[in-house]
Amino acid sequence: MSPLDFNPNDFSEIPYAVYSDDEIYAEEQKQVFQGRAWHFLGMDIELPNAGDFKTMFVGDTPVIVVRDKEGKINAMVNRCVHRGNLVCIEERGNLDHLTCVYHNWTYDLQGNLASIAFERGIQGEGGMADDYDKSCHALPKLAVETFCGLVFGTFSENMPSLTDYFGPEMCSNIRRLLDRDMELLGRFQHGLDGNWKLYMENVRDTYHATLLHSFMTTFRLNRLSMKGAVEVSEGGLHHLTYSIRTQDNDQGQYDAKEIRASKDDYTLNAPELLQSWPEFDCGTTLAIQSLFPNFSIQQLSNVITLRLIVPKGPHKSELTWWVLGAVEDTPEQRAMRIRQCNLVGPGGYIAMEDGAVVGWVRRGVKGAPDERSVLAMGGRDIERKSESRCNELAVRGFWQGWHGLMEN
Amino acid sequence: MPDNVVSLEADAVLLHRIDTFNRRYGHVIDEDLLEDWPIFFSEDAKYLITTRQNHEANMPVGLIYCENRGMIEDRVSALRIANLYEPHSYRHLIDPPVITARQGNELSAQTSFACFRTVQASAPEIFCTGKYLDRIIDDGQDLQFKERIVVCDSERIDTLIAIPL
Repeated sequence: MSPLDFNPNDFSEIPYAVYSDDEIYAEEQKQVFQGRAWHFLGMDIELPNAGDFKTMFVGDTPVIVVRDKEGKINAMVNRCVHRGNLVCIEERGNLDHLTCVYHNWTYDLQGNLASIAFERGIQGEGGMADDYDKSCHALPKLAVETFCGLVFGTFSENMPSLTDYFGPEMCSNIRRLLDRDMELLGRFQHGLDGNWKLYMENVRDTYHATLLHSFMTTFRLNRLSMKGAVEVSEGGLHHLTYSIRTQDNDQGQYDAKEIRASKDDYTLNAPELLQSWPEFDCGTTLAIQSLFPNFSIQQLSNVITLRLIVPKGPHKSELTWWVLGAVEDTPEQRAMRIRQCNLVGPGGYIAMEDGAVVGWVRRGVKGAPDERSVLAMGGRDIERKSESRCNELAVRGFWQGWHGLMEN
Repeated sequence: MPDNVVSLEADAVLLHRIDTFNRRYGHVIDEDLLEDWPIFFSEDAKYLITTRQNHEANMPVGLIYCENRGMIEDRVSALRIANLYEPHSYRHLIDPPVITARQGNELSAQTSFACFRTVQASAPEIFCTGKYLDRIIDDGQDLQFKERIVVCDSERIDTLIAIPL
């Protein structure tokens, strides 16, 4: 059976081959990462000045993101059109123009080929072939759009606008969190021992959070008994889940004898770690949002983070976190965000476990490409919205979205 | 080399005391005596694990960020009781320190380290290399960290960091 042989009306059983198969990985690079999706490239505040650049990856493709002299952010493939050398080697910096160090070919900050070293040869000898017109060559460009300070790019030439791609519900949560001047409080990066989709499933899995993460459950940062919901956008592509801590209808479901993650006796010597303030009028204390394919935004109390998971072959991936504050924060609020940041990142009281699970599932499904996982919590359909988060509909939605692109 | 550094480094006894202190610190972590780890810090100590990139950019968040000994103790109880991760251990190699400043009973020191990690039966791997940037209180008898900033050389951590560095 082909790993892509899904029933298009049922994404509640997924063959494990999707996490390990080399052909699927190669196809995914074409259809998902080079294909019809908007990919997160970074935040505009990471590139405040003309000439500021960063290098990163869209799927396997190395990309330069750079602010040009007109203030516009451009993105292009980081691969010289001459012999394929990386044009930018550094991760971040500031440049007047882009120069490939191998043979000194230069590009402007839009990625257009500006000069070829010794194009006319030396003393009339040598030089570039007459039929090579440098004005026809440029680093392959991505279309770039920015929304609430988030910069996205796509290789596809016929994508809907960024906000149409996200849809109104998703845009409204992004605005709620980020439509103000933000400050970057730090970045983390960790290598994960499994396929990128295992991590995206985890991000969209509202069922696991209070069962895996003792910290969430014990300190009531999230419980499924709290008021909340999970919703997906049209076609399952993106998801949003949220909960409101102050509205908990717990009726003993989290009895510590039944639920491993619920630890009645566990307390902190320094409970100020969890000190928070009601930042949002809606009362939301936890919101996790994924934007297809590999990007997510989350609010956990007052710690606001972005996550991007980049594939590194079928069996490895690399996760980057951006931790954000608001420029308008008081010193006390900023201090609370920094303390709460102990919940996230590679050493996060909550997030460390999500990173570990990716590797455990990879090892668990090894040698079983045709066997299937079951995603039937909350039924098998992909409703647009459920008030119950004891539900895997957002994970089913991911597979619906992924399958839609892969079937192209 | 500035004169004051030469004269400070001439203080072999002090250097030896800091070196011994650092080695005992590594010992309690590597030998899983983590309940003794908070004792190395003063009540109001700051303990931060950060990356070279965040540190150089003055970005404040930490992979682990503790503002006092209570938060340091919580890191131990969390990894004993609350957090889930695969059993693993560290082996620290800690260089002799360089004293960078001295004022009254407070010293500043910088020390290079390497930390190997062994996850269950896997081969040991280099988990982290970096430097300790310390402010140490010396009461004449004992030393205690008032601040230990662990600056990892690389931005990238493999999978997770549960045990402190």
